[in-house]
Amino acid sequence: MTNSRQLQPGALSMSNKSSFDSYRRRFLGGVASTVAGMGVAPGVVLHSVGHAKPAGDAVTGDVRWGMLIDTNKCAAGCDDCVKACDDEHGLTGFDRPETDAQWIRKVTLKDKQTGHTQTLPLLCQHCEKPPCVDVCPTGASFRREDGIVLVDKHICIGCRYCMMACPYKARSFVHETLQDQKPFAPRGKGTVESCTFCVHRVDNDRTPACVEACTAENHNAMVFGDMNDPDSELSRQLKKYNSRQIRADLELNTGVRYRGI
Amino acid sequence: MRITVIKLWCTVLALGLLPGMPALLNADDSLLPVIPEAQHRVSEAQGCVEPVEKMRKDHMEYILHQRDETMYEGIRTRQHSLVECINCHVSDAPDAARYGSTEHFCSSCHKYASVQIDCFQCHADRPVKTSRHNSLAPGTMRLHGKSVVEKDDLLNDKLQATAAGGTVHE
Amino acid sequence: MKQDDFREIEGGRPFYLLLGFIGLFVLAGLGAAWYMEHHGHWVTGMSNQIIWGTPHVFAVFLIVAASGALNVASISSVFGKTPYKPLARLSGLLAITLLVGGLAILVLDLGRPDRLIVAMTYYNFKSIFAWNIFLYIGFMGVVAIYLWMMMERKMNRFTKSAGFVAFIWRLILTTGTGSIFGFLVARQAYDSALLAPMFIIMSFSFGLAIFILVLMASYKWSNRPLGDVILFRLKNLLGVFIGAVLYFVVVYHLTNLYITEQHGVERFILLEGGVYTRLFWVVQILLGSLLPLALLYNPSTGKSRGWIGIASLLVIVGGLAQMYVIIIGGQAYPLELFPGKEVTSSFFDGGINAYAPSLPEITLGVGGVALALAATLVGVRVLRFLPVSLADDQIDQSGEVA
Ligand code: SF4
Ligand code: SF4
Repeated sequence: MTNSRQLQPGALSMSNKSSFDSYRRRFLGGVASTVAGMGVAPGVVLHSVGHAKPAGDAVTGDVRWGMLIDTNKCAAGCDDCVKACDDEHGLTGFDRPETDAQWIRKVTLKDKQTGHTQTLPLLCQHCEKPPCVDVCPTGASFRREDGIVLVDKHICIGCRYCMMACPYKARSFVHETLQDQKPFAPRGKGTVESCTFCVHRVDNDRTPACVEACTAENHNAMVFGDMNDPDSELSRQLKKYNSRQIRADLELNTGVRYRGI
Repeated sequence: MRITVIKLWCTVLALGLLPGMPALLNADDSLLPVIPEAQHRVSEAQGCVEPVEKMRKDHMEYILHQRDETMYEGIRTRQHSLVECINCHVSDAPDAARYGSTEHFCSSCHKYASVQIDCFQCHADRPVKTSRHNSLAPGTMRLHGKSVVEKDDLLNDKLQATAAGGTVHE
Repeated sequence: MKQDDFREIEGGRPFYLLLGFIGLFVLAGLGAAWYMEHHGHWVTGMSNQIIWGTPHVFAVFLIVAASGALNVASISSVFGKTPYKPLARLSGLLAITLLVGGLAILVLDLGRPDRLIVAMTYYNFKSIFAWNIFLYIGFMGVVAIYLWMMMERKMNRFTKSAGFVAFIWRLILTTGTGSIFGFLVARQAYDSALLAPMFIIMSFSFGLAIFILVLMASYKWSNRPLGDVILFRLKNLLGVFIGAVLYFVVVYHLTNLYITEQHGVERFILLEGGVYTRLFWVVQILLGSLLPLALLYNPSTGKSRGWIGIASLLVIVGGLAQMYVIIIGGQAYPLELFPGKEVTSSFFDGGINAYAPSLPEITLGVGGVALALAATLVGVRVLRFLPVSLADDQIDQSGEVA
């Protein structure tokens, strides 16, 4: 056992190196001239994760983005993840809680029998078999190759059937005219929206805003990563610890898993 | 459907009106649109991301193509991105014209040609600053659980832009 | 019954006055839709909790009733009951106009009604909703052809087959409408295979009630004779359908009571749901089912046209209440995400969701009903839908087994 654990880091860097190399080969071929002209000073260390996807490459099904939320670490009364999401996507709200959009929300649970309370963030679970996608009449709700469920607002007609179908109440309808939306979070009246897993960040090899905020506060209740990569932090934790899907009975194979519920 | 209509209109516009425009403008015809200047040039030789004639005729095709690639495939190149059009063609002054006013770059022409679009019901019609969370910081988070690559091996257009000292909007 | 026994109704002042009056409601509905779209849906009672509201109650009611309105025609051409034959045309017309009214509400309530063309050109074939778009459009086409077969002498021989197609189509259509809800497994109230068949039975009852009212009104206002024979047949049929709906409602709730998981939502609708419980017991069951049953089968009220009309009206009111309980009551009950836990959040998790219908929603819904009526009125004015006389001696009861 000990041996195999010690071996892990080595194995890890190996596998990443090779995948990175393949990216680099493809990439350098295309932009060799740019590389030559690039002004990054020698010796500058750019910390970056190894599987960076060049902006011009399409996402593939080799990856499945997912998240693990440890409710034991999720602090009661803390809503940093919610604030970060609102800030990131410009979900300002109109002081009308019934109609204001919420992509992620803090939910408090109290056991009816024992009185034990806990809190957790609830967001779009990025289901592998998303009911919202199944019911959408125009195909506006869709699941990206890498497992992120999005709404194509260009063809969403605002019928809200997806909201009826989502078991997690993860979706919001835009009830009013909006202006000055964030450039990477276009959203407008009459269409439906939900958590995007911060797809604009993920495509640039970064972590969703909620996870970043949770980590920045040192709560570390949220881990984001590639469920298909056995070496990712997420996969390792998922393998090691028992986790649950909410409403597992529906067999949606959610991308968001919870510990401690 | 709508795109075809738009394209039709713009083709009419481009083929029928534009060639004669300089002459008409010289004749001081105040009915013709006044198109606001862009903020930068792509290069010495070329103003826009494609030759201007092509852009006038086909900009909606470029944007549409880019839109689907970005949304469905996560391709985030910036050459044909609507956000970049806005960043370059619309001033970020607080009182800059909004879509619908003839002083807005897009409406200046669309109004004239009676083109209806709904881009700006969801997209900002003026450059919008991104939040602190989205400042350019690739790879500062390592929670993806991959090993960290050192050195300047990683190049993408974002890094190019920072290196060149430009601002980056995604 | 011969071809020229059918006549357009008279035009003239009363016709235009009535049309104008109904038209006002249509305009008000359009105004309400414009208001909702212009400001966004926050001006309505609908929210991220109650996603589908009053417009959907009216829309689904009309769509369900539309397929039921075709019943009379089916009975005559598919099941060969000759007494109903003179009524078949009106039945087909109502089927189309009610559907148009319902669809108009649905479309005008969309977040982006301007994208109707998108709804028609992009299809996700996994979506029952997308299938319904086909079913609805196809239904109108099929019924239109059916009407043509009936109204064009040369085509009469195809009436039976066309009627048969229309009959099958409308069964599928109502199943589809019911499945819109039945497929929502995530929501306790809709997670039942019984919803689709229940919708079919409901369609029989609602459609016939509307048919009877329209028939009585048009014969009264156009001064044409309407005999007791045909009317009493219709009202007896209505009684049977009301009973059938009642039966299904009972079975539906009994099966749910059998499943422990569903106890919460059943307790909500049947006992503790406030307005929904009252609507269910008082309006749907008492006023909308038991009272009309009594009225229709009571020997004295059952022979009075006034009471038959009132009974039909009650069925419609009860039907709207039933839709309200199903659609809005079903959403008011919270999603069951964490069994055994009390859930609270800033997004109204775990609580009963509040909803009050707003004026624009009601106006839009009524506007849709008005549109259906206006279209029917215009229909009977320009084409020969109504027999000149439905007096008892005109009704062909030959070849009838009791
Ligand atoms: S959680 Fe809801 S919105 Fe997200 S993928 Fe699943 S069904 Fe769709
Ligand atoms: S509201 Fe939009 S995304 Fe949702 S089901 Fe309707 S068309 Fe699809």
